[in-house]
Amino acid sequence: MKAVLLIDFGSTYTKITAVDVEEERILGTAQSFTTIETDILDGLNNALAILKEQIGEVEFSERYACSSAAGGLRMVAIGLVPDLTAKAARQASLGAGAKVIKTYSYELTEGDRKEIDQIHPDICLLTGGTDGGNKENIVYNARMLAETQQDFPIIIAGNRSCADQCQEILKDKQTYICENVMPQLNIPNVEPVQKKIREIFLEQIVKAKGLSHAQDLIQGILMPTPSAMLTAMKLLAKGTPKEAGMDDLVCVDLGGATTDVYSMSFGLPSTGMVVLRGLREEYAKRTVEGDIGMRYSIHGIVEATDMMRVSELSGLSEERCRELIDYLGVHTDVVPGADDGELEALDYALASLAIEVAVTRHAGRLEQFYSPMGISYLQTGKDLTGVKTVVVTGGAIIHTKRTAQIAAHALFDPVDAFSLKPKNADIYVDRRYILAAMGLLSTQYPETALRIMKKELVKE
Amino acid sequence: MEKKKLVIGVIGADVHAVGNTILNRAFLDAGFDVTNLGVLVPQDEFIKAAVEVGADAICVSSLYGQGEIDCTGMREKCDEAGLKGILLYAGGNLVVGKVPVEEIERRYKAMGFDRAFGPGTDPQVTIACLKEDLGVE
Ligand code: B12
Repeated sequence: MKAVLLIDFGSTYTKITAVDVEEERILGTAQSFTTIETDILDGLNNALAILKEQIGEVEFSERYACSSAAGGLRMVAIGLVPDLTAKAARQASLGAGAKVIKTYSYELTEGDRKEIDQIHPDICLLTGGTDGGNKENIVYNARMLAETQQDFPIIIAGNRSCADQCQEILKDKQTYICENVMPQLNIPNVEPVQKKIREIFLEQIVKAKGLSHAQDLIQGILMPTPSAMLTAMKLLAKGTPKEAGMDDLVCVDLGGATTDVYSMSFGLPSTGMVVLRGLREEYAKRTVEGDIGMRYSIHGIVEATDMMRVSELSGLSEERCRELIDYLGVHTDVVPGADDGELEALDYALASLAIEVAVTRHAGRLEQFYSPMGISYLQTGKDLTGVKTVVVTGGAIIHTKRTAQIAAHALFDPVDAFSLKPKNADIYVDRRYILAAMGLLSTQYPETALRIMKKELVKE
Repeated sequence: MEKKKLVIGVIGADVHAVGNTILNRAFLDAGFDVTNLGVLVPQDEFIKAAVEVGADAICVSSLYGQGEIDCTGMREKCDEAGLKGILLYAGGNLVVGKVPVEEIERRYKAMGFDRAFGPGTDPQVTIACLKEDLGVE
């Protein structure tokens, strides 16, 4: 046996997964509260004690961690046009595993500057203009950022013609110049920025967040948790030269506060008569719905849909739904017990709707127009109709019994036929919540991580 | 000197791609930096693109007869988006039926376009106008 320990220092829980990399199997998983206020290792040790009760004393030869503790990697993204560089900047940050607190476009106002100071991000991404394109905006915004009081690293990744000028304006700040996030119109270039974000995360943020003394004990906090998820999903889809992947897929991580959606697909038009519009999307795309979650953001689910649908799906009266939702919004740690039919029914309805909203926002859309040659379509975003695999994870989904029915809400709906969600996909559940851990493991043992995922993901 | 930047495309629900493709080539050969949006381009996409690339001129192509409807309000939107004074050209089959070029120009200038070109205009004519208007030697 060769045991490896994978740790996810989450915002609420520290989750650990023990793997035997020789036999390619999960030895056990455990979790305990994250203890960022005292010492992050306390929470880890508590989780380890729980694990020991399950699987006995195990000597770990390697330990790797990811973290979203202490607020995660908090960023603000600044661009010029909302649909163009601002969107590219936001996508680049999300894809690096960041929590994008706010995205700004056009010229920053005094109010925006104060807000950025209040947010006090871990990293600020400053973009605007294609290469050789608009200069005034990014330069103006650099001047505004120069006036901020707080100290945070700034990545300059806009029009390359004014990168040096921006750095000069921001000479009292810590700055990094990077390739443009959108060097040509509609063609994003996110990798250089993401690489820089990762470097800053490793060099500074891990330290700043009091995670660094965990560094001595483990080989390293390698990445933010969402980045580990993204790594795992990319591996699961693409495979390695030695082990085949599962091809294009969509993954939904339904949490208490947010719902993350990942898609591994280029999402190009799948039928004729379709013209692709707008910013091209990355093969590996992550979106975060900050208003959609099973507890802290429970009201957001209702706002994005309506109470009638919650009532329909749960079989409870609208009145009763409203009462229970208010209750759960405050009592965020309530998990429906085996005998609690009402709560179970409500959670079923909410989880279904949360997935529906989040995947609909993530997926692309068609717009119909009548040309003299007949009906034609414009596509914005990804066409995911051909995707054959949907993976679901997250507390709310792991605990329920009707997982398949809930997850089916990620699929194509004839009622909203212009939303390009998967048409015929198999649904797989991450029952033991191991995906982020496999993302970590894959940095050293990609084939092993891939084979374990293929074994562990249960087809519903 | 830095190349002058043009944003070009075919506006509205128009799919006539050939003329625009020829213009793209001709403008590139004449030394312009061209962002070609292709066909089926809504007004606001021209504008967003022009903002981001820092365009010096927008050349709108319309062949299918709906040009006047599609181009209405474009100048005002440019002003709104901070593209004050940007050079606006239109060309192609800009109106329905046989209408004298002077009348086409009058209608498009009334909408705030700087120049409008009738059907079959040689690209070299347009290029000469662009150079003049943008102060290229
Ligand atoms: C090929 C063609 C089509 C093809 C287009 C294929 C494609 N994807 O490109 C198809 C069959 C799809 C088609 C469809 C239609 N077409 Co058609 N089509 C033509 C045709 C025969 C040739 C166009 C062409 O490619 N010309 C060659 C290029 C090089 O010339 P150009 O486009 O004029 O461009 C040059 C100049 O005009 C100028 N220019 C163009 N844009 C700009 C912009 C600026 C800023 C400047 C300075 C200059 C400039 O420079 C270009 C290069 O020299 C013309 C007739 C004709 N002979 O012009 C009709 C024509 C344009 N079509 C016409 C019509 C009505 C239609 C339809 C509405 C017909 C229908 N009812 O189905 C549909 C509309 C479809 C749509 N949604 O857009 C009419 C337009 C009438 C009008 N404007 O008053 C025309 C003029 C035919 C006619 N005489 O009735 N069409």
